[in-house]
Amino acid sequence: MNLDSMQEILAAAKREGKFFWEIVLETDMQNRGVTRGQSLSKMAEAWHAMREASEVYTGDRRSVSGLVGGQGKLMREYAAGNPIGGEFTAQVIAEALSMGESNACMRRIVAAPTAGACGVMPAVLIPLYWRDNVPEERMLEALFTASGIGAVIAYRACISGAAGGCQAEIGSASAMAAGALVYLRGGTPEQMCHAVAMALKNLLGLVCDPVAGLVEVPCVKRNVIGAVNAIAAADMALAGIESRIPVDEVIDSMGEVGRRLPVEFRETALGGLAATPTGKAVKKRLAGDEKKQRTLTIKDARWKLEKPEQHR
Amino acid sequence: MIDIFDIMGPIMVGPSSSHTAGAVRIGRMARTLLGEEPAKALLHLHGSFAETGVGHGTDKALIAGLLGMAPDDLDIPQSLEIAAQRGLKFSFDQMDLRDAHPNSVLMELAGTSDRRLVMQACSTGGGRILVTKLDGVEVGFTGDYHTLIVQNMDNQGNLSDVTNALALARVNVANMSMNRSSKGGSVMMIIETDDPVPGYIVELLEKQPGILQVIYYRREC
Repeated sequence: MNLDSMQEILAAAKREGKFFWEIVLETDMQNRGVTRGQSLSKMAEAWHAMREASEVYTGDRRSVSGLVGGQGKLMREYAAGNPIGGEFTAQVIAEALSMGESNACMRRIVAAPTAGACGVMPAVLIPLYWRDNVPEERMLEALFTASGIGAVIAYRACISGAAGGCQAEIGSASAMAAGALVYLRGGTPEQMCHAVAMALKNLLGLVCDPVAGLVEVPCVKRNVIGAVNAIAAADMALAGIESRIPVDEVIDSMGEVGRRLPVEFRETALGGLAATPTGKAVKKRLAGDEKKQRTLTIKDARWKLEKPEQHR
Repeated sequence: MIDIFDIMGPIMVGPSSSHTAGAVRIGRMARTLLGEEPAKALLHLHGSFAETGVGHGTDKALIAGLLGMAPDDLDIPQSLEIAAQRGLKFSFDQMDLRDAHPNSVLMELAGTSDRRLVMQACSTGGGRILVTKLDGVEVGFTGDYHTLIVQNMDNQGNLSDVTNALALARVNVANMSMNRSSKGGSVMMIIETDDPVPGYIVELLEKQPGILQVIYYRREC
């Protein structure tokens, strides 16, 4: 079936006596013409890549601009002490930072749904996996659940900062994570939908304003709010709190807000934090560095191919 | 239809699916189409690739792809040094490409036995790519399918040679296009197929009169 409506996937699942994640898995099998085993093992690859990224993180690397690096390590150390929100929340924050930082520092990550928002899903899943000893199959089912949610958002709204601002990236990741958490804690499909709706509602309107156009500031720390918000939304849903606006309508509104967001707030680095005096200064400094680097490489090339005049 | 592994994926080296992962795939595609180890590469960056390319590692990603690395290869950050070790000379500059997507690059390549390729491509988001020009002829293919690229003289009969050969091998054609630089010039056929194209079909086509070159790109999962 088409993954274009949470309500319809839920109805199909009810009708066929299946879980939400099974419908998503079967859709993938059909779309790509693969077996159940192949689909499951591809998801396992994504899960293992997330875990590996978390395990190999050291905090020693710095990003190209030097703006990002070491924050996850500081938070990991702090989490072992006496953090305000308890150890689990601190671990979630540390994981979100580590992953976002690894992405900025050219390490291997899993885009979920984008590279800039790659920290949200592993930030909620990995600490829970260790704390509750969740079986591996359950984790994969949670990832299929999240993928289905992400697919619906991508279809009805958008998942790129350029199209819809940060709400489309971190907001979508947060909604996916909230849904996965409700599934893992044995919530009902309705509770899962409420969690998705609440997570997305909370981040509606969030702008994409990366300093110097890089996936560094504020992207790395925005992964933290996506993860913590997912936990809050999942806990609310499991407590029996409902979203007054149905999930598909919330997703549609995210798309509408995204389309009407001024272009300055859609990854162009022309507004928000990117347009602050400090943000502009960073951009200027990097432009200088780039120029130096480029002159160097061109001087080193002592050969020429035909001039590509006809392509200009 | 949305592939759920475009949502939970790709597994990639950061920081950006369009500026890094897509750039690696563009480089890899160029390497495949060149058909041999690249020895020289001139890379002209356009739009956002030119503006924020270095910060996103687009330069390293393109070279990594030319060296045959995949988007999740941990050596991508060191690709410029690896290129020097492997004898690939390269240079980057900025170029305004007419009517091009903001994330575009024009590459001029020469291989170790001096095969040449001029390819323009863009990164369209989420690690997806689109090749827009090959040796001056406008094309449009993504690498999401097995792709057969046939260059022939602009005269009758070669199109049916190709379709007959594919029918013989029971290969189903998904998309097909034909473009030429000018009347009587050379023609570029792009055939995207659902099934892989067997090697003997490529060899058979290469021997047909009028066909100048056949390049085959096997889809990567």
